[in-house]
Amino acid sequence: MSNHEPGMEPNSSNIRSNQDAASPAQGLLSKKISRREVLKYAGIGGIGLLLGGSGGYGLLAAQEKLSPSSKKNHDRVASMEQIPFYDQHQAGIITPAQNFLCFASFDLTTNSLSEVRKLFQLWTESASLMTSGQMLGNTNNSQNLPPSDTGEAAGLTTSKLTITFGVGPSFFDSRYGLSSKKPASFDELPSFRGDALLPEWCGGDIGVQVCADDMQVAFHAVRNLARIARGTAVMRWMQEGFQRSSTADPSGGTPRNLLGFKDGTGNPDTHDKQAMNEIVWARADNGANWMQGGSYMVARRIRMRIEIWDRSPLSDQEQTFGRYRDSGAPIGSKDEFAPLDLEAKDSSGKPLIPLNSHSRLAHTDGIKMLRRAYSYTGGIDAKTGQLDAGLFFICYQKDIQKQFISMQQKLAASDKLNEYIVHVGSAVFACFPGVRQGGYIGDTLF
Amino acid sequence: MKIYYALPAAAISAILLLSGCNTGDKNANQGAAANNNVANSAAASNSNEDDFKQAIDQYREYVIQQCDAFVTETAKFTAAIKDADIETAKSLYAPARMYYERIEPIAEALGDLDPNIDARDGDVDSSEWRGFHKLEQALWENNTTAGQEDIADQLLSDAKLLRAKVETVDIEASLLVTGAVELLNEVSTSKVTGEEERYSHTDLYDFAANVEGAKKIYELLEPQLKAKDAELSKNISERFTALEQELAPFKQGNDYVSYEQLQDQDVRKLSQNLDALAEPLSQMGTLLGV
Repeated sequence: MSNHEPGMEPNSSNIRSNQDAASPAQGLLSKKISRREVLKYAGIGGIGLLLGGSGGYGLLAAQEKLSPSSKKNHDRVASMEQIPFYDQHQAGIITPAQNFLCFASFDLTTNSLSEVRKLFQLWTESASLMTSGQMLGNTNNSQNLPPSDTGEAAGLTTSKLTITFGVGPSFFDSRYGLSSKKPASFDELPSFRGDALLPEWCGGDIGVQVCADDMQVAFHAVRNLARIARGTAVMRWMQEGFQRSSTADPSGGTPRNLLGFKDGTGNPDTHDKQAMNEIVWARADNGANWMQGGSYMVARRIRMRIEIWDRSPLSDQEQTFGRYRDSGAPIGSKDEFAPLDLEAKDSSGKPLIPLNSHSRLAHTDGIKMLRRAYSYTGGIDAKTGQLDAGLFFICYQKDIQKQFISMQQKLAASDKLNEYIVHVGSAVFACFPGVRQGGYIGDTLF
Repeated sequence: MKIYYALPAAAISAILLLSGCNTGDKNANQGAAANNNVANSAAASNSNEDDFKQAIDQYREYVIQQCDAFVTETAKFTAAIKDADIETAKSLYAPARMYYERIEPIAEALGDLDPNIDARDGDVDSSEWRGFHKLEQALWENNTTAGQEDIADQLLSDAKLLRAKVETVDIEASLLVTGAVELLNEVSTSKVTGEEERYSHTDLYDFAANVEGAKKIYELLEPQLKAKDAELSKNISERFTALEQELAPFKQGNDYVSYEQLQDQDVRKLSQNLDALAEPLSQMGTLLGV
């Protein structure tokens, strides 16, 4: 694919410049240059003309010039798609799940609120640059300095990069004088039956969910955020995640988890604004004024007992989920999206969808949340030599108590799936409302 | 329940018919196989039903015998608790549990008996926690039997209840087949990681007992398995031997060394040998048909 087709370059003329408005922290990140341009112009002096902005509209202009019949072009455009960073809500929540995840939990090392504020301002600007495919900083070509952008995403498309920020309950302890701002009942999760939490996979002052259609683009973002944070915050844990890619499944069907079953069939429709307001977006009366338009995130690292699952008969596997493996349909139905018939009985009078099956338990009471899970692997468990793999479960909701906790208490008590999984990590983050141009992440709180 | 699911009677009889045709040709056309069976259906199906019936009867006998010993040994153990004889109680704890660990899938099929007898801290709500591991914590962590008398009494009566129930519990062929694997799953989930006996570190007793219970089931089904898939049977047999050899250095007389004495590479090797056995063992489902 040529780099020189008309309309395909994210050229600066169709990217709006908002540089001034979005630069609360001067200096470090002031000059902007597209990653795809940087290779072409590397080493050439006087690149001021190439300054771009961070708007999310370059794609639309580019797309209009495409021949709709060109499949290759469409693929390319898909990977170049930019998800606007500045919006009413943070991107990465109702955004259709990208191929990859890189999740980072940070602990603050400073006791100064103004340093925390400055960190969020710097992160805001760098996030808006990275999500629009710009290089960070203006010392990328100085022979005497380390490059301001770590460089591994140079030349790469934005790959639908989203960066979503939230703060954990520990953020509201005595360090920054923000205790009174802690949303009502926003605490680490209670312990659920069967939990085997490892401290190294729990908690954090700040949670950053980075998603992209390219792992290197996602990692680049986390790495640079961590770099910018040095001296103010340190990483507490980091988890990479994946799912079937949009290339492997162009139809965009429900992804399968590592147990081989479709996961997320019952997710609410993110295009349904009313549903999103009812399920996902917090209102002021869901705990805190400053969270209006934000969302509460739960992250659970759920290890799967892969070896045990692999030696379980299909009937056991299907009884565990209450669904057929092949089609994803509820037992007794043919269609993946058929409603669960909880009354249906087999010839001996037993419920077709077992009482302790995962889908039945997750379905009853009508509790809904927006799941945004990824598979993960951490290589092998050094102790047993078994695979360390599972689901990095993420969900968003307006009220953790009424949504996630209510459901998880029920699942922890009786889900048949518990024979094959164990929760080893846990965190909750209050994800801020979206950032307006000129604002910064968390400005409603600070 | 983990492994207790009944196949409809019609399915069982169809399966038995099919398994009557042990030609060893896995590609045999099913229709033809069924027709062959029709020809000698009476003899074939009866003998196979008898085969399973025999295995099931023998397994029930084994379960009852283990349960009898379990009640006897648990009675001694709980008596020591009530006598505040900590050292005796400690020495009786792990051996008594072995009788239970050998037949655990049966207990799991019996409602609340398994959690009542064998739950670890965190498996159930703390207000409901009772059984062996509660006493284990008292003995090894708190170093006292004070206040444990009721727990001891409950444990003994739960053990007796188990013994009474196994007399009539419905054992299906599918339970035998999957039960063997379930026993090994128990090992990989908690014993090989040292999480089962977190205070006493007597995990290897449970480990050995689970493997013995699985082997018993395999032995009962071995004649049928040999007829159906001799290679699989041989494979399973060899891997039982391999695992037993891995375990042997940690056995001293009738006792096993503390889990804490295992080196990292010991744990990993045991775990990997266990998975290597459990994988072909899970193929025993072939006995139940397609």
